[in-house]
Amino acid sequence: MTLFLIRRTLGFLATLLGVSVVVFAVMNLLPGDPALVILGIDSTPDAQAALRSQLGLDAPLAERYWHWIAGLAHGDFGVSYAFGVPVSGLIAERLPLTISLALLGTALTLVTALGLGVLAAANHRRFGDWAVMLVSQLGIAVPAFWLSMLLVLLFAVKLRWLPPGGFPGWGEPLAALRSLILPAVSLALVQGAVLARVTRSSMLEVMRLDFARTARASGLSRSRIFVRHILPNALVPIVTIAGMQFANLVTGTIVIENVFYLPGLGRLIFQAISNRDLFTVQALVLMFAVIVVTANFAVDILYVLIDPRLKARLA
Amino acid sequence: MRRNSTTSAILFAIGLALAAGPACAKTAISIGLQQEPTSLDPTADATASIDGMLAHNVYESLTTVAEDGSVLPDLAKSWTISDDGLTYTFKLVEGTIFHDGTTFDANDVKFSFDRAMGKDSVNPSNGIFEPIESVTVIDPNTVQIKLTRKDAFFLFNLAQGDASIIDPESAEHNNITPIGTGPYKFDGWTRGDRLKLVKFAQYRDADKVQIEKIAFRFISDPAAASAALMSDEVDAFPGFPAPELLPQFEADPRFTVEVGSTEGEVILAMNNSRPPFNDIRVRRAISYALDRKAIIDGAMYGQATPIGSFYPPHGKAYVDLTGMYPHDVAKAKELLKEAGVAEGATMTMRVPPFPYATRSAEIIQAELAEIGINAKVENVEWGFWLSEVYKKLNYDMTIIAHTSPNDMGNFARGKSYFYGYENPAFDALWNQIKTEADEAKRDELLKQGQKMLAEDAVHGFLFQLPKLSIVRKELSGFWKSSPVLFQPLEQIRWTD
Repeated sequence: MTLFLIRRTLGFLATLLGVSVVVFAVMNLLPGDPALVILGIDSTPDAQAALRSQLGLDAPLAERYWHWIAGLAHGDFGVSYAFGVPVSGLIAERLPLTISLALLGTALTLVTALGLGVLAAANHRRFGDWAVMLVSQLGIAVPAFWLSMLLVLLFAVKLRWLPPGGFPGWGEPLAALRSLILPAVSLALVQGAVLARVTRSSMLEVMRLDFARTARASGLSRSRIFVRHILPNALVPIVTIAGMQFANLVTGTIVIENVFYLPGLGRLIFQAISNRDLFTVQALVLMFAVIVVTANFAVDILYVLIDPRLKARLA
Repeated sequence: MRRNSTTSAILFAIGLALAAGPACAKTAISIGLQQEPTSLDPTADATASIDGMLAHNVYESLTTVAEDGSVLPDLAKSWTISDDGLTYTFKLVEGTIFHDGTTFDANDVKFSFDRAMGKDSVNPSNGIFEPIESVTVIDPNTVQIKLTRKDAFFLFNLAQGDASIIDPESAEHNNITPIGTGPYKFDGWTRGDRLKLVKFAQYRDADKVQIEKIAFRFISDPAAASAALMSDEVDAFPGFPAPELLPQFEADPRFTVEVGSTEGEVILAMNNSRPPFNDIRVRRAISYALDRKAIIDGAMYGQATPIGSFYPPHGKAYVDLTGMYPHDVAKAKELLKEAGVAEGATMTMRVPPFPYATRSAEIIQAELAEIGINAKVENVEWGFWLSEVYKKLNYDMTIIAHTSPNDMGNFARGKSYFYGYENPAFDALWNQIKTEADEAKRDELLKQGQKMLAEDAVHGFLFQLPKLSIVRKELSGFWKSSPVLFQPLEQIRWTD
């Protein structure tokens, strides 16, 4: 187990280093000059040159990369070209929103998907199954941004139950939660549709196995069979998909944050790329990479917890 | 009894809160903006929304500009100009303080100008300061500016956010905590969400300012902007991004919808330094190929005024030259043939990511196909556009709006400017225009300039970018048209 952890951690660090080199190279190869973006098309070449030297853009590429990575080792993400403030601060002020949104979205996804998936499997080839299949098919077909616009029209414009967008900050917990409901629901409905189908088919597969039949023959109640025997054995594919979806969810917030004008990381990275704000983009991409890799890592750990056979093999 | 009194206290509080709701609304306003800046210092960043929110609200300049474009006094209460037109003496307002409590005087003016004119200046419009020779403090309330040459636009330019008067003590941090002398002071910025202003009680005309609290909300998505207006999240959207959604608001009795003008001329720019566009016949052929009405109907849902040269239709010196190259496919084909451009010749159109540009591009592509030009549309990102099209002139055609006022001088910037256009006759004319102090004479010259550019068919001149604003019926004071990038908010009123 320890060896497994060490190997995974080393792989994790190597991935991050690779990502940082690629991002740095891509951002520098992309045509575009941060100084010109900041000063606009009516500025004089003198002013652009002055700003470039102020931002340290006149140093050679390798030197700039070294500076950045050395700073990073000390926990210093650098200063944003565009905002003129430390990148760590920019990220820190936006992280709570994106994380809350992703967690809330995941929780809603899991609840709806597991609920609907189990419902469909339990009612195989009956009405409940067909209804779930139909709704989830719709969920897969509908793009999240379109669904969110419909939700806004209904719940914010027409019924006025919830705000159409914006985020007041966790200083006002109730208002903050209210403004996260619609974005989280739009994230969850689309993601949940996929997961519900996976849950259903995985459950159906397990139901056909011998031990399920034995359990039924031994006279256990239907609900007990489902909860104690079938669901745990059906979990491996569900956890795999859920892990991938969590990573999707974090990046999916980029679109959702635009539709609901939420001050999260998604909008920040969008703005940073347009501004050629190298250090901000670097830090954000690294962070997204960390989240994705961590999610994969968590899935691996969960496998071991779910499936005792794996634990035996690792030991 | 005790419970009763608690209950009634709660009910009373709720009642108060409900009653306070509408009363608060009378002095607070929430304004939607599409573009969020990354810095709050207009003297170091060209983003239009910095001026839009802060110029003449938080910051002030020596002069200001009214909705009709006329220059008015601001921090300078009056001025005299020497007979040779080279020395300006400004009398400054007295008893004005910055939001951090420091007093405003002539030294702040000198500091602001010297900073913008310095060798390491990053002022985005340091062209404004180019004619200035020196700034001298005569006494705390008088400042004298000497020019190296006459500049007809000098007083107008001084009103811009780039020439804001700032305080030496706080200038360094204006990018995050802006400090000026204006009617509103900065009250916080949640990046990605909103920026707040609050009335500055010690402002010299504080009694004329009615709105106490302003929140700018950053909403870039047009559908989200529309939802925010419909659900009362914002009271006004002075630069509404989607012309196609206007009819919905026109039909809604809660809103006033205005279609005004901006200083933005939208052009189909042709790279004059590159064949075949160095041939005037090709440029004229393309001008004949354009059907402005179809472009405006398709790209702007009919909400824009066509232009035939490079000058805003609401300007005093405007001449209508849209008839110079009427939509005429046969004529265009004939000219192309004369110039030796083969049928089916391929040209690219590199289009920046603005709705007016991407939508116009599709229609223009179809119109060029009619005259036998195979135009390939490349949608590029803004940073790419700036570096490839604007800086390296690596393009055939592009679509772009020039939003600065008095920007006809672009055509006198020589071959290295992205137009690739050079005409000594126009350079001489522009020199005359920018130094002519007599307004009537200058207007005459501006008319000549418009004609010269249209005759040269430098670009395809398309339309003037409209200013679409949607504002609550009860609000007054928003400008219909924008002669400048800013919008003074001290004039905004809630009326019943």
